[in-house]
Amino acid sequence: MTAHPRHDVALDVTEIPTFGFGHRSLLWWATASMMIIEGMVFAMVIVSYVYLKGRTPHWPPSGPSPDLFWGTLNTVVLLASAVPNQLTKKAAERFDLGGVRLWMAVCLVFAVAFNTIRFVEFQHLNVRWDTNAYGSVVWVLVGFHTVHVITDFLDSSVLAALIFVGPVDEHRFVDVSENSLYWYFVVLTWLPIYAVVYFGSRIA
Amino acid sequence: MSHLQSVIHPAGIQAALVSHLWWILFGICTFVWVAVAIAALIAMRRGHRAASVDLPESRIGRNVAFAGVATTITLIAIIFESVVIGRSLNTLKAPDALRITVTANQWWWDVQYENPVPSLRVTTANEIHIPVGRPVGFNLLSNDVIHSLWIPNLQGKIDLVPGRRNELWLQADRPGVYRGQCAEYCGLQHAKMALVVVADPPEQFEYWLTANRASAPAPVTPEQQRGKDVIEKGPCAMCHTITGTLAGGRTAPDLTHIASRSTLGAGSIPNTQGYLAGWISDPQSIKPGNRMPPPGLASDELQAVLAYLETLK
Amino acid sequence: MMAREEKKPRLVERDTRLESDALGRERSLLDATWSNGRGLIAWMAETDHKAIGRRYIVTAFGFFALGGILAALMRIQLARPENTFLSPDLYNQIFSMHGTTMMFLFAVPVVLAMGVYLVPLMVGARSMAFPRMLAYSYWMFLFGGIFLYVMFFLNTGPDNGWFSYVPLAGPEFGYGKRADVWAQLITFTEVSGLIVATCLVCTIFKMRTPGMSLHRMPLFVWSMLITSFMVIFAMPSIIIASTCLIMDRLISTHFFNQAEGGDPLLWQHLFWFFGHPEVYIIFLPALGMMSEVISTSARRKVVGYTEMVLSMSATAFIGFGVWVHHMFSTGLPQLGQSFFTAASIMIVIPTAIQTFNWIGTIWTARRLQITVPFLYMASFFFIFIIGGLTGVMLASVPLDRQVHDTFFVVAHFHYVLIGGSTFPLLGGIFFWFPKITGRMLNRRIGQVSFWLLFVGFNLTFFPMHLLGLDGMPRRVYTYPTSMGWHNLNLLASVGAAIIFVSLLVYLVNIIVSLRHGVVAGENPWGASTLEWATTSPPPPYNFAPQLTVASSEPLWHSELAPPPIVGLAADKREVLVTYLLDAEPDHRYPMPGPSLWPLVAAVATSVMFVWSIFQAWGVVWGSIPIFLALVGWFWPTKTKERLEQGVRGRMTVSESLS
Ligand code: HEA
Ligand code: HEA
Ligand code: CUA
Ligand SMILES: [Cu+2]
Repeated sequence: MTAHPRHDVALDVTEIPTFGFGHRSLLWWATASMMIIEGMVFAMVIVSYVYLKGRTPHWPPSGPSPDLFWGTLNTVVLLASAVPNQLTKKAAERFDLGGVRLWMAVCLVFAVAFNTIRFVEFQHLNVRWDTNAYGSVVWVLVGFHTVHVITDFLDSSVLAALIFVGPVDEHRFVDVSENSLYWYFVVLTWLPIYAVVYFGSRIA
Repeated sequence: MSHLQSVIHPAGIQAALVSHLWWILFGICTFVWVAVAIAALIAMRRGHRAASVDLPESRIGRNVAFAGVATTITLIAIIFESVVIGRSLNTLKAPDALRITVTANQWWWDVQYENPVPSLRVTTANEIHIPVGRPVGFNLLSNDVIHSLWIPNLQGKIDLVPGRRNELWLQADRPGVYRGQCAEYCGLQHAKMALVVVADPPEQFEYWLTANRASAPAPVTPEQQRGKDVIEKGPCAMCHTITGTLAGGRTAPDLTHIASRSTLGAGSIPNTQGYLAGWISDPQSIKPGNRMPPPGLASDELQAVLAYLETLK
Repeated sequence: MMAREEKKPRLVERDTRLESDALGRERSLLDATWSNGRGLIAWMAETDHKAIGRRYIVTAFGFFALGGILAALMRIQLARPENTFLSPDLYNQIFSMHGTTMMFLFAVPVVLAMGVYLVPLMVGARSMAFPRMLAYSYWMFLFGGIFLYVMFFLNTGPDNGWFSYVPLAGPEFGYGKRADVWAQLITFTEVSGLIVATCLVCTIFKMRTPGMSLHRMPLFVWSMLITSFMVIFAMPSIIIASTCLIMDRLISTHFFNQAEGGDPLLWQHLFWFFGHPEVYIIFLPALGMMSEVISTSARRKVVGYTEMVLSMSATAFIGFGVWVHHMFSTGLPQLGQSFFTAASIMIVIPTAIQTFNWIGTIWTARRLQITVPFLYMASFFFIFIIGGLTGVMLASVPLDRQVHDTFFVVAHFHYVLIGGSTFPLLGGIFFWFPKITGRMLNRRIGQVSFWLLFVGFNLTFFPMHLLGLDGMPRRVYTYPTSMGWHNLNLLASVGAAIIFVSLLVYLVNIIVSLRHGVVAGENPWGASTLEWATTSPPPPYNFAPQLTVASSEPLWHSELAPPPIVGLAADKREVLVTYLLDAEPDHRYPMPGPSLWPLVAAVATSVMFVWSIFQAWGVVWGSIPIFLALVGWFWPTKTKERLEQGVRGRMTVSESLS
């Protein structure tokens, strides 16, 4: 059979790199897949929100809409966190260990702030998950997002620990870069959720 | 087979239209299947024999494209036919229709003949009488889970969904007795949630309707009176209604004219004296899990109740 | 850090490492590097995609046998009218378990598993992407299945059918834990399915061997790619559905409670938005297998490669727009329904094109070989087509409102599921068995088993069409004698017995051939794709040297044999990552070796899943061990070493041998 013919030439890959950033890395694709999956999850909950709203004469069925202040504050915090996040990513892609350490730490501070405010935010949704279907879907929207923030916070903490304790090789920098990518995802998905939760009940 | 519940033995205009559609689709599909099977067999024969016959790729491509176009045309025809029939089914509603509200329960049907005058309404269960030749519009509700009302000889099914109201329109064109069955899985006794539909000539139907407007007749013999007492004072009254008596429960089938119905337990068993006795003494062995607890009557009480129920024509 | 300029791979002349004794030494080094050792611990720590693929396949067939035994029980119950062999409660659990098992624990996992085993081989890679995640996904699948059956034996099996409609499965009417068990089983299978899909996408996109540009990928690989995307886009919907169901039941949310503004039909939309794509997830990989087997038997490329790929993609795409055809009798507005009729019928076109292309391929075969795998594939034209055509009938709203939820539908979906997926799968197993085990299955026994299945299948399921037309609803534990349904039902039960026998024969064939089968060699069928270019069974590293390709049938064009690859490390598990479109080499990438962490993490996850159906806080407390397991998993063990290697540059084969 033809399995191992004698070849006159061979393709030598000795010299090629041992890592790659962005879409060149395997990890990027896994992260992308995860983002599609979770993006679809959020999309389906938003669709459910719209569906339930369409079937209910008054929306919210009872009680006031969620208070704008805390949710908006959190949106600002989340958007602001994109700055240290970008700096972390860039530092990682430059293999700048000092930069990565610094900006990862800043990112973590943002995440803590965010989670703290989120806790208050829940109290100002002005509805409980077991009040009615409206309450259920609002809690699930905000809740799912919170789960993402918390897991990403835990993730990043472990990664930060690794970065500080070392040793660090190129793949670690790729990890940091992918981690930042994922945080962008968490930031970006919040925007439609924010719009739906806070304005879906205000706009007819 | 009895064809009591058959899609292709229509007894009304709606079912006839669908049956017609079925035969068209059946024809097309049979033709397609035979064509594909023959093509595959020939291909295998040729492929097996001919070592050399090389059709140029472009010829094969053309043939495939041709078959693809033929398929598309057929499909468009199918969509067209289906939509046209769907439309005509939809036009068969009529303002002067008989309106009946059917409310599904685990695992029986509550049937109410609408009338603007409350006293002229008729309530019954698990058996529907309709006049031949007149459109009937059903309002469909559910008290618990999703069920589906299906009387194949007359019309396709539609679900009874809690929190929604659905409509079903049908018309019987031949007098007869048809069977319907709950078609959406609704729990333990989904299998025994049937109903009987009796299509009567209009006069006979009016007669039936008038008869069923009446309250239950007063007991005549002491035994019947005893039976009525047992029902009113015992557990029966908590769930069943017999108009004109103290029995006013709404969670189980109305018994005012039970003796005129042909089945018990939503089509589980025929309504004969023996079966009725069996049902009352041990409903759980006939239709396990149904919501009627054994009422625990002594045998003389049972006889009295049977004697009374006999009279509820 | 070192300076980093990107180097390109280069062609070297007649590399001495390809001389046979050097190659022999490289292979023994690779053996040592990639071998996962023996013993129980090594077994539990296994990460080789072939080992895991095998386990997946065997486990899924185990569930197939369980689901089949349940089917046999149903057929016994239905063989006679008013039978009391099974109580209504048990029957309801059994049909729910049967549907759930067949869909979630057999059909989907088994087709994905074929991909797990075959895809890396077909694309010429040394490993699958993320082998440890793959191991984790297998354990989750296994534990989910065990969980379901343990609960079933504790009389807590799901009893609301495989789509668990609310409110029947909701807090008010779904007693006990049965509906929770169903919902949580779904979660198990979601996790495992999504991970496998992700691994497959990454492998197919980034690990194809140089030269295998997208348009040279085998059609089976295409089918797995498209299927994986369907999994990724469809499963989120059921994630939401099952989560909301559990929350409705456990913490009193009201998603499906019409009394508080929820809606039972929301469940149906969410379920079928997943459920319909799910059936094509089961179907597409089977189409891929068909293409491979037909092409091999016909000794020619499948007619219309591009059309085949486009057809599969179109099926996947349209498959997301037809879910409402499962809800025609819920009373949705008519206009919308017409759209879904049209979409459901139009999805026929891509399947039709593929059917015609296969027929064209067979027609123009270069001496068609009617092998046993080919028989299984050819039965598609007779069996699946019937199912497809009844599907067209069901897509018509007026007709569907008559036969929906009857045995007509049961007939439709067994014809498509078994005819369109299980038959090709059994053919595929027959076809790749020599690759997987090194031995051929017995041809004679294979033919007997095939014909028994063919006859038994039609005897079982054809009468169901007639029963449905005569009004027999599905999901009934019994029916009155007066309906006259018993003869056809008896026939169906006899057929089921024949199916049972045929599968036993198949199993016997496997057992016998494992020991006494003809030794297969590398490429017993004369097939064209890369998995046949290595030993049977393949070594843990799949290929040495890794081959490159210059056509879509590399093994049929040996005169064009492109250069093999040198320079991949043999002393560590290194794979080649390539570019998405044209598969040019990009970088070398280290693969993690065997590890117990996937198992540990899977145990922790399973504990949390099971805990959470009994106590809402189980979600929170149960997450802690999962987190710890994940930290343990990803905490680097040999970073120092790796770092040093990175600095020193790479050890080449010759260095490490010296
Ligand atoms: C492998 C799985 C599989 C496949 C491939 C299909 C394929 C199709 N299915 Fe099926 N389906 C299921 C699995 C599958 N189905 C399951 C599991 C259910 C039930 C779930 C449940 O309720 O439990 C179901 C239910 C189901 C319903 C709902 C029925 C009901 O509950 O009332 C409908 C309705 O439209 C439908 C339609 C179709 C159509 C139009 C196709 C098409 O894709 C078929 C296309 C193929 C062909 C038509 C044959 C080849 C074509 C030619 C030879 C060309 C010539 C043809 C013509 C000119 C017509 N299916
Ligand atoms: C791929 C999916 C699949 C497969 C393969 C099958 C296979 C079979 N099914 Fe299927 N069935 C479903 C999916 C499937 N089913 C679904 C989704 C439902 C709907 C459930 C619901 O309503 O919720 C259903 C419902 C269903 C019903 C309707 C129940 C009802 O509504 O009341 C019936 C009734 O006869 C039935 C019968 C059978 C039979 C006899 C087989 C036989 O073909 C089974 C044959 C298998 C065996 C007999 C196993 C023997 C195996 C061995 C001996 C080992 C072999 C090992 C190797 C080959 C390695 N099934
Ligand atoms: Cu009511 Cu099924
Ligand atoms: Cu479908």
